[in-house]
Amino acid sequence: MASEFTMRVWRGDISGGEFKDYRVEAQEGMVVLDVIHTIQATQAPDLAVRWNCKAGKCGSCSAEINGKPRLMCMTRMNLFESGDTITISPIKTFPLLRDLVTDVSFNYEKAKKIPALKLKAKEADGTRRMYQDDVDRVQEFHKCIECFLCQDVCHVIRDHEDNKPDFAGPRSFVRMASLEMHPLDEEDRRELLKVDAGLGYCNITKCCTEVCPEGIHITDNAIIPLKERVVDAYYDPVVWLMNKLTGK
Amino acid sequence: MANDKYETHEYDVIVIGAGGAGLRAAIEASAAGVKTALICKSLLGKAHTVMAEGGIAAALRNVYQEDNWKVHFRDTMRGGKMLNNWRMAQLHAQEAPDRVLELEEWGALFDRTPDGRILQRDFGGHRYARLAHVGDRTGLEMIRTLQQHAVHKGIDVYMECNIQRLLKDGDRVCGAFGYWRESGKFVTFKSKATVMATGGVGKAWKFTSNSWEYTGDGTTLAANVGADLIDMEMIQFHPTGMVWPNSVRGILVTEGVRGDGGTLRNSEGKRFMFNYITDYFRAETAETEEEADAWYEDKTNNRRTPDLLPRDEVARAINAEVKAGRGSPHGGVFLDIASRRSAEYIARRLPSMHHQFKELADVDITKEPMEVGPTCHYIMGGVRVEADTAATTVPGLYAAGEVAAGLHGANRLGGNSLSDLLVFGRRAGQYAAQYAQNLEGHPSPDDDQIEQYAQELLAPFNNDGGENPYSVHMALQDCMQNLVGIIRTESELKKAQTEIASLKERLAKVTVEGHRQYNPGWNLALDLESLLTTAEATTMGALERKESRGGHTREDHPGPDPDKYGKINLVLRRTDGEFSLSEEPLPEMPEDLKELFEESK
Repeated sequence: MASEFTMRVWRGDISGGEFKDYRVEAQEGMVVLDVIHTIQATQAPDLAVRWNCKAGKCGSCSAEINGKPRLMCMTRMNLFESGDTITISPIKTFPLLRDLVTDVSFNYEKAKKIPALKLKAKEADGTRRMYQDDVDRVQEFHKCIECFLCQDVCHVIRDHEDNKPDFAGPRSFVRMASLEMHPLDEEDRRELLKVDAGLGYCNITKCCTEVCPEGIHITDNAIIPLKERVVDAYYDPVVWLMNKLTGK
Repeated sequence: MANDKYETHEYDVIVIGAGGAGLRAAIEASAAGVKTALICKSLLGKAHTVMAEGGIAAALRNVYQEDNWKVHFRDTMRGGKMLNNWRMAQLHAQEAPDRVLELEEWGALFDRTPDGRILQRDFGGHRYARLAHVGDRTGLEMIRTLQQHAVHKGIDVYMECNIQRLLKDGDRVCGAFGYWRESGKFVTFKSKATVMATGGVGKAWKFTSNSWEYTGDGTTLAANVGADLIDMEMIQFHPTGMVWPNSVRGILVTEGVRGDGGTLRNSEGKRFMFNYITDYFRAETAETEEEADAWYEDKTNNRRTPDLLPRDEVARAINAEVKAGRGSPHGGVFLDIASRRSAEYIARRLPSMHHQFKELADVDITKEPMEVGPTCHYIMGGVRVEADTAATTVPGLYAAGEVAAGLHGANRLGGNSLSDLLVFGRRAGQYAAQYAQNLEGHPSPDDDQIEQYAQELLAPFNNDGGENPYSVHMALQDCMQNLVGIIRTESELKKAQTEIASLKERLAKVTVEGHRQYNPGWNLALDLESLLTTAEATTMGALERKESRGGHTREDHPGPDPDKYGKINLVLRRTDGEFSLSEEPLPEMPEDLKELFEESK
């Protein structure tokens, strides 16, 4: 059963652009990305869109659909009423390249600054032992598909370009939480979190958690525990005194 | 000088493709101390490896002590219907455990056994539970681990950079030429050694589990510089892809569903796989539902469920059930785990399947069966490589992962791809680095040649033929789906050849609109060249191989031909754009390995 929609798609580049309307039919089961592909194949062959798997696994097709950051491949057209006008714009926080494609290199640059895992010594029998209960919470963070929707929605950088150098963003915090909570890790990232990554900028409005297509509890399970670690290290008077005495 | 015209980079080793094989190759080359670049068509971490679900096959012996490399080797060879390169299968089985443990050192967190080691799951064609996994998102874990490791090692990564030609100096490959997607501008890489890790060709078919990148680039690039291709007819149709809604048809449903207890049923509710046990696997396959179900817990006293026969067998069975009118409402069959395992177990073991069906098909797999059918998934054939070094037949050119051929023979076992990427990705990186270190001087590409390539790549802007690249692509997908699918026959394959020839003519008339900056129409027009090349090669091999074996089933030659085709690789060589085909004997397995197949009978 087909329904008709008007897709209002941003067309343009850094020098400017405008929303253009495309009338399309959507068949049963179609997602927004299917409709964008239909527009490419029939009306606008040079419409730029970034995508890979079309199965919610690669995190390439992030966009803002009626203003909400979402994956185009996981947004079913039956969310909308036939006859609706649906606005598709590129994610706002990163510089526009063309149409729906943005320059997300910010995220890759931040990733370079996160130090690697430092594993403690192996067991006496030469194996690594970790228990499911201990890896469960880290596996939640490893579900991240790097769609960068959390980075896009985070108002610390969405509305304040000048914060970008000092703030690593929710994706980076999820990554750092995964390293910090790795059962065998021995690295200390607290100074990095506090100083270079700007963890303190986050005022836990949970916008990132709301848009995560993988349902990762970014704020509760990653950011807040990291904040607690930083607080313990820098602001706990007992720890502060101990550190002074032990010369840390 | 034409050279000054285009951005140029110089490296010892360049790796084209940043999936599991490319990343692993780059890590190894870089660790050997040579200047290494990793070039990929998409953003880093988005390559097709990210979609792998079920696990990495490696005889770690964490769940079954009885397992070892010889059992894995034997399973791989038998799964591949003995067309495999035995040496690759041996190296793969021997080295896979170390490669998996190495990932753990680099931060991967696999699911655990109760005593804290890496848990392993059952999969088709594997005698023991062998697949290290993370729920059903193992590929994501693997690519992220490798990606982050590569980043920490400071390897130069060129993202959204699409390589279109390999460059030669005499008989050697000495670099690559392509364009940036972002700007559309051209870029030259000069290198002493080049590793192809570009993946497969699935986008030539209509219903496929493959992402947009899978357009046969590496296979075509290699063939165009004179590298041998082998067994291009060997295409794997994964038995379980989504069939409904139409827009998601082909998306993969992991074999892990069956590995974790799910079963296939037809419209009559029958577990039909019991009717499709071939003589080849009869001795090791359960005959009754009771035995099949008991096997999950006790592998010593029971034989494997036929639901977990190798993929070629299961795909053909589903195809036959649907043809016989016993299919599901949308033309597949039912895959049922809801009635066999608890909702909690399903959600924990198969979270991404749960999510995928809920979001895309309104199906709750903890409550109702899935509808599934075959989907084009993998090419066993590809660039011919030397087993130990991953060297192609062209000096300076290496290949690893799906683009390379040999390991999987006529059919790949599930889980053997991720381990393939690691084992041979590492070897390709190691030997490419060694080649680069031993090479005196820096080979240099021909500037005139580069200029000619640049003009070729711009042709779609200058054509006035008016063909739409998307229409040509869709026509190719229909052609391959209908005529070079699971079940093939001479008349249809010949028809496919005619259609591919006419599509090549249409490609010459493709016109693209707009400018070069991030223009998907132009990008597709260029990818079509490799799609058509690989489609042509597959069809040619399929027509020549007059037998049924693994991923290649001929309706007009229904059985295997052990005396002729069972003993040969079909080798394709391309000169001036034309393929020629020859038959060459398979490498001979040494006696001590042959015995593994004798004693088990």
